[in-house]
Amino acid sequence: MSLRNTLASATALSLVMGAGAFAEEITVATVNNADMIVMQELAPQWEEATGNTINWVVLEENVLRQRTTQDISTNGGSFDIMFIGAYETPIWGANGWLEPLNDFADDESYDLDDIFQLVRNGLSDTDGNLYAVPLYSETSFTYYRTDVFDEKGIAVPEGQPTYEEFKEMAAAAHDPDNGIYGTCQRGKAGWGENMAFVGTMANAFGARWFDMEWQPQLDSQEWNNAITYYVDLMQNYGPPGSSSNGHNENRALFKDGKCATWVDATSAATDVKNPDTSSVADVTDFFKAPQQVTDKGTGWFWSWALAIPASSQKKDVAKDFLKWATSKEYFELVGETKGWVAVPSGTRQSVEEDPRRLEAAPFAATIVDAILSVDPADPTAEPVPYTGVQFVAIPEFQGIGNYVGQQVAAALAGQQSVEEALANSQQFAVREMTKAGYIK
Amino acid sequence: MARAISTKRKSVNTAIAGTLGFLMFFPILWILILSFKTEEDAIRAPLQILFDSGWTLDSFAAVQARSDYFKHFSNSVIISVGSTLIGLMIAIPAAWSMAFVPSKNTKNVLMWMLSTKMLPPVGVLVPIYLIFRDTGLLDSRFGLTIVLTLMNLPIIVWMLYTYFKEIPGEILEAARMDGASLREEVLYVLTPMAIPGMASTVLLNIILAWNEAFWTLNLTAAKAAPLTAFIASYSSPEGLFYAKLSAASIMAIAPILIMGWFSQKQLVRGLTFGAVK
Amino acid sequence: MSTKASRSAARLMISPAVILLLMWMIVPLVMTVYFSFLRYNLLSPGATPWAGWDNYYWFFTDPSFKDAIWNTLALVGGILLITVIGGIGFALLLDKPMFGTGVIRIMVIAPFFVMPTVSALVWKNMFFNPVNGIFGNIATSLGFQPIDFFAEIPLLSIIFIVSWMWLPFATLILLTALQSLDQEQLEAAEMDGANWGNRFWFIMLPHLARAITVVILIQTIFLLSVFAEILVTTNGGPGTATTNLTYLIYVSSLLQFDVGMGSAGGVIAIILANIVAIFLMRMIGKNLDA
Repeated sequence: MSLRNTLASATALSLVMGAGAFAEEITVATVNNADMIVMQELAPQWEEATGNTINWVVLEENVLRQRTTQDISTNGGSFDIMFIGAYETPIWGANGWLEPLNDFADDESYDLDDIFQLVRNGLSDTDGNLYAVPLYSETSFTYYRTDVFDEKGIAVPEGQPTYEEFKEMAAAAHDPDNGIYGTCQRGKAGWGENMAFVGTMANAFGARWFDMEWQPQLDSQEWNNAITYYVDLMQNYGPPGSSSNGHNENRALFKDGKCATWVDATSAATDVKNPDTSSVADVTDFFKAPQQVTDKGTGWFWSWALAIPASSQKKDVAKDFLKWATSKEYFELVGETKGWVAVPSGTRQSVEEDPRRLEAAPFAATIVDAILSVDPADPTAEPVPYTGVQFVAIPEFQGIGNYVGQQVAAALAGQQSVEEALANSQQFAVREMTKAGYIK
Repeated sequence: MARAISTKRKSVNTAIAGTLGFLMFFPILWILILSFKTEEDAIRAPLQILFDSGWTLDSFAAVQARSDYFKHFSNSVIISVGSTLIGLMIAIPAAWSMAFVPSKNTKNVLMWMLSTKMLPPVGVLVPIYLIFRDTGLLDSRFGLTIVLTLMNLPIIVWMLYTYFKEIPGEILEAARMDGASLREEVLYVLTPMAIPGMASTVLLNIILAWNEAFWTLNLTAAKAAPLTAFIASYSSPEGLFYAKLSAASIMAIAPILIMGWFSQKQLVRGLTFGAVK
Repeated sequence: MSTKASRSAARLMISPAVILLLMWMIVPLVMTVYFSFLRYNLLSPGATPWAGWDNYYWFFTDPSFKDAIWNTLALVGGILLITVIGGIGFALLLDKPMFGTGVIRIMVIAPFFVMPTVSALVWKNMFFNPVNGIFGNIATSLGFQPIDFFAEIPLLSIIFIVSWMWLPFATLILLTALQSLDQEQLEAAEMDGANWGNRFWFIMLPHLARAITVVILIQTIFLLSVFAEILVTTNGGPGTATTNLTYLIYVSSLLQFDVGMGSAGGVIAIILANIVAIFLMRMIGKNLDA
């Protein structure tokens, strides 16, 4: 131990002597999404300007979520900054695990009010304390291939189609012999994967996770209609292997020109419409995510945001980086170096109204409209005791969502019937809610 | 009376074994090829990849830009070699006493040691994480080395024990008669005789420690993260990623693969676990 | 030969290993057992009241529990079967005279050096992927519908991947054992007119018995806790098709962060592992004079 201490202090000493007196080293846990990788590429500019250094821990989404939750809930202090989502932020904030960022409002050059109110609300607790600042926000909408629709004579819907109409489009476009599948949707199990799409689809079919007494509703006719439709759609008009395709797999397939339609995150549009990274940039357009019996909760709401754990020892430096990474200047920097089409979307009003942005990405306005039309507080046809469109903002939801996701994936893979999947899901949800004390 | 083996027989054997060997090796060969392709080429049909595409180092550069390979590499080396050496220091005396001064319980102790390896790591992660947090060992190479030492100690003890048992006790006794102390006996008589066995023990444990992916991922963040963490950011796709995944995979497994190849004779001879009489 | 002095020296020398392993085993074990009686969820901070046997009740009645036990056994059994039989085959083959022995041997044992995460990623993406994977490509070019491995045969796919990694290990140990076989004995049997089958059954296989035992023992220890391969490829699904006990505990303690229930699962897994250990010890006892 004493050897180790000597070594440690020697290292610390050399660090202090090597860099400026106030230079700090911070550890950032991030997910391997395109926008975060761009941030990692640009971060050396911040490092040079401040003299601080960043240790990046780049993890895949599920691993990231497990590692950060484990660390923050045990007060481990391994990370100074974490990328977290709209689901975790209010829950963790309310637990006192995150450093409040209310003082960002005092910084005039940062201009907190420029960040969309809806997004800030999603990253605050019920008392209005802000716990994270967004890099990008998203809802879901439908990507479609204009060339395929033209060729097959499919009419592009005006406004919001129904899922029944959507199925007809997928059927007409489906042409596997020529490498085009009618539709690509998420099938990989996970509350943030298949259940994000399935959740919004269930909302459209009039389903809800819980009634006002927190009784799970997964055995309802509405859920049955939704999942039956989903399995039928994917088995007939989806690509092979769809039960293991998540967002990233489908994005790759769509960009590769293998899908005619795809209902997924608006944030992927900057990538899909970027000719440098996509083979279908010129032949992709969008319409709203379909509705069915209701148009409530048919597009989800999500935001990837930066937060500082309360256990961090370097909060000031971390705050400085947070401000830089979500500032107007940062978005400007991305626009200048990576092109204005690649700027993260749905965060700042000034960015979305910037003429350079509108010229490079004429679709950006559609996306902002779509995001701002989401209401996480009123996501379903029938009243619910929770907020969240594609998730339920309670800690127990991760477990339930993952389990239901697995059951739906098993139904999609043909390993069990829709009825079995939903019966198992209902049983599991009742167990979990009983265990957690919601159901007395 | 050795029989002459016909060249034809030998050729047939070579063909069969060569084909099977190639099939076993093919996945590694394939990612080696893909790692030198562009992303667009890497998802084309296999024959096109082989005969109709260029070569590039882009993927390696992209992987290096995302996370510093050499930092992760040196962590892997320090942790796997360190844990093996510490393990040896603890295991040699233990194996000595079990082999040369056996008691009724020797076999039970050995089996008990092995059974500690059956603890499911996921079941005890939270307790260990809390202990590490309170002792400041989170994200430290020292802490990780300790954990991997304990993980592999039973295997080291067992392997050494079986090698020591092969050494005739008379030789040790003769050394003792000549006035060698216990320390000298172990250090100068026993250890040199057991070198081949120890070499394969060391090799196997470095391999096991190098490839350990649960503790190394969960107890580290940035400073102590070895190559298993390096690869963890590639476990879900981002756009086209086969070439980058291949490059990262090759970078993560190459050092241990090369070490294994150079020492394969040693491994083939030494991995007996007492199975050869 | 053991004098009183050397016996006490022996006890002294074995003690560091024993004490360290005892601590490694007992400290987390005691904490795990303690946690398993608490209502302790990391996501709901605050008090952790005594929960009695609740966590055990919830774990045992988990709808995935039975599947997990079955999958664990199927995984271990399936992989052992493939690697032992395949390993004997490879060992017999590699023991024969041939050209380029070194190169061929290297190719056969190479998979053993590959990290589980890497091997799972490579098989999942480059081979099993029905659209871009090699198997899918071959099937499509021959006019067949590609197999969607992780949806249609998930458990078999995992068994395949893990077997690929452990087959070289079994081959190595069995080959070592085979090379120590007395050639003259084999030749004498051949002179006496014993055919290959008889020589294999009556001479080689008995000679390999100890090595096979070792392969089974060591692999069982590692295979009981197969985890990375499942996490990377199927996440335990579809449904519970590839959820083994280790993965189920992971779900409770690290996805739902229910430390109490995860700990109860851990205790159950430890008990089951010890039952397997006792079983193995009996088996080893016959074959290994440890």
